[in-house]
Amino acid sequence: MKALHKIISSIKPHFEEGGKLAKFWVVFDSLETFTFTPGHVTKNGSHIRDGIDLKRTMFFVIVALLPALLFGTWNIGDQYFASTGESADFLAKMMIGAVKVVPLIVVSYGVGLGIEFFFAAKRGHGINEGFLVSGMLIPLIMPVDVPLWMVAVAVAFAVIIGKEVFGGTGMNIVNIALTSRAFLFFAYPKQMSGEIWIHDVAASKGGGLLVDGTTGATALGYLASTVGEVVDTPAVQGVMNMFEAGGMFSLHNCLLGTIPGSIGETSVIAILLGAVILIVTGIGSWRIMASFLVGGLVMGLIFNLLGLNGFMTLGPLHQIVIGGFMFGMVFMATDPVTAATTNTGKLIYGFLGGFFSIMIRVFNPAYPEGVMMAVLFMNVMAPMIDHYVLQANINRRQKRLQNI
Amino acid sequence: MSRIQRIRKGADIRLEGRPADTVSEAPSAHVYAVKPPDFIGVVTKLAVRVGDNVKAGSTLFYDKKTPSVKYSSPVAGTIKDIVRGAKRRILAIEIEADSENSYCDFGVLDVSKSNRDQILSRVLESGMFPFFRQRPFDVVANPDDLPRSIHVSAFDSSPLAASTFVALDGRLADFQIGIDALTKLAGEGGVHLGLRSSDTTLAGVKNCRVTYFEGPHPAGNVGVQIHHTAPLNKGVVVWTISPQDVANLGTLLKSGKYIPSRVVACGGSECKNPQHVLTLSGASISSIVDVPSKAHNGDEVRVISGSPLTGDQVSKDGYLGAYHSAIALLPEGHDPKFLLTTGWLGLGLDRFSLSKSFLTWLMPKRSEWVLDTNMGGEERAFVVTGQYEKVFPMDIYPVHLIKSIIVNDIDSMEKLGIYEVAPEDFALCEYGCTSKIPVQKIVREGLDNLRNELG
Repeated sequence: MKALHKIISSIKPHFEEGGKLAKFWVVFDSLETFTFTPGHVTKNGSHIRDGIDLKRTMFFVIVALLPALLFGTWNIGDQYFASTGESADFLAKMMIGAVKVVPLIVVSYGVGLGIEFFFAAKRGHGINEGFLVSGMLIPLIMPVDVPLWMVAVAVAFAVIIGKEVFGGTGMNIVNIALTSRAFLFFAYPKQMSGEIWIHDVAASKGGGLLVDGTTGATALGYLASTVGEVVDTPAVQGVMNMFEAGGMFSLHNCLLGTIPGSIGETSVIAILLGAVILIVTGIGSWRIMASFLVGGLVMGLIFNLLGLNGFMTLGPLHQIVIGGFMFGMVFMATDPVTAATTNTGKLIYGFLGGFFSIMIRVFNPAYPEGVMMAVLFMNVMAPMIDHYVLQANINRRQKRLQNI
Repeated sequence: MSRIQRIRKGADIRLEGRPADTVSEAPSAHVYAVKPPDFIGVVTKLAVRVGDNVKAGSTLFYDKKTPSVKYSSPVAGTIKDIVRGAKRRILAIEIEADSENSYCDFGVLDVSKSNRDQILSRVLESGMFPFFRQRPFDVVANPDDLPRSIHVSAFDSSPLAASTFVALDGRLADFQIGIDALTKLAGEGGVHLGLRSSDTTLAGVKNCRVTYFEGPHPAGNVGVQIHHTAPLNKGVVVWTISPQDVANLGTLLKSGKYIPSRVVACGGSECKNPQHVLTLSGASISSIVDVPSKAHNGDEVRVISGSPLTGDQVSKDGYLGAYHSAIALLPEGHDPKFLLTTGWLGLGLDRFSLSKSFLTWLMPKRSEWVLDTNMGGEERAFVVTGQYEKVFPMDIYPVHLIKSIIVNDIDSMEKLGIYEVAPEDFALCEYGCTSKIPVQKIVREGLDNLRNELG
């Protein structure tokens, strides 16, 4: 590895001040520190340091995302062939998926990192690794047939307005990936609903290739149609039957993830694999995940007991395995920058996040993605939760001191 | 009157080269130094000039703001040099030792028959007083204060620390005299002694409140012990002193001689003969330990006066810090680390980490680690949360306190508990920080700013 380091050192002067490529110092620096942890040594204070850094932390989040990414890629193909009624092998399904997913990832990273490099160069600091995760999260919460230009616009919006105007990594109020999704949701509502959840479903329909009964709607889309209807009408019963055993959205299928939806959100098993990685390494907060789960189950249970419409009659366990609930719980709510920062606060934040996720999706069918709204809302509320937790600590300490 | 306090949060970093429980006497050094920057908060006013002859206990300088606080020479000799830095700040007063040591005679004082003023003036006059530090602010104590209580942590839980058991061997009588003197100096809160439950050497000490502490570092930090026995609020002042200085205080009152003796733990992976060495405060490093010219990894050797977590970097021909009872020799880490082998993507079997993303947590608890001084990454914005809390055993939110210091929000600092903390309490936070934030430096600056602000 000495040889590689020699090569890097030899081209370094070009990028340093006065060099021909000094403008691209940030790019060079980020690549250099990517390959070699620099030989910086401590001064005073703690002379020895942990090997953990932001690169490693972010890398583990990406590893945790891989199961969802790989399953999502396969599922794109699976859903496509299911909708046309063709049978296809694993490789063919992965190919169809890869053709859709790879450009999304490229656009997301390309636009996002481009903007990051620009701001880092302007502000004169190194690249913060945060976008490595955001850039991977964004494709995973997109519908498969979202136009690439829309993704590019959404990423640019999220990085500039969501992050850089607040001062960059670590300073943002709301989750970057969800900001991009929310941007698309509100700016292009027409394009973000309907026949985009299964690849080429509109074309298949036009060509008369679509298997009977396939509409390309997601579980939440179907359920939203039951809100405001009487429970025992045939239409509602038809929808609810899809959630019974053997139906399209049976508990089994939802756990496995062989249903239409955003690319990475469908498979509960793949997401939970990621959750295990995050919890074992301590990188994702188990407090947030656990309380988020409990919050969702509690709200689901309350609705289930009320049973006022078809959506509410769905069991709490079924509620949390459809839509983006699991993905939001593991990868969105746990974003350390935008979540509550105190341990007690995390429990409250997670619980309310899960609670509101289910509440929003059931109460307001116009926002089927309740998780997105709930997490963004809780992001905004997180500083307030922390404020009260800190205030309690301050009061407790003052009281304790008076008691001596 | 003893109780057991369990500390759950924290971590023991087991470094290779732990000093053996043997004490060897260091050859008396040719040159000693007293370094004013060791004493935080002091404004140096010199009392000697180059070429002056001094005895052990002669005043070298005093504090301009409180002239009664005197700083004495550890040995008899001639003032060799007064080292100055930027803005003529005095960095060190070097004393070339005479072959025969002679002492200022401060007279014998029977503690049981003396009152507070008599003991205090003896302590001030002899130069023993600067070894008292105060909370809040972690600075040299102010003799005009009546401290609510005086706290002594009788064990050091930091890596490669000196063993009190070894250091106080044979000095129990002096230690008891020292504790008796402290009870006279302390206010209504009395004297608190923090012990390890496994260590019975000091179990018989009288006239103080003993608390046994169990658990990992920083259980031995006096600040953590104060927090769990008699916490501080705004306006309350307590003093702290190290166990070896308690014994030195006893020696002073018993014999009338100022002898700032130090049993120093010499350790670290680059130390050929890790053991305890008996010497004096301010002795030259070269008289205490052999520093190899190259570390095992081919890099230079870092000489640390004090603990690897909190100490000061000194040169090979430097001197032991006033408050330090350890010298650690560690390899420098100037070599860039390739990402897949030892860098940020490595398995991490070679590097002790508080993060479970390294596999070190699967290794046996008894393993000892060789750590170099590499930063292990670059400084980044605060991103990860919940990390500091795991190694900060106080009912204080460390990250929020640090953020309030960074923005210099005095009101928040006070409320969040800055009066209870010292930089050393944050050493493990700094060690394990993902974003490589210089936490101890921030806390020190915060304490200094607050102290200036309050006048």
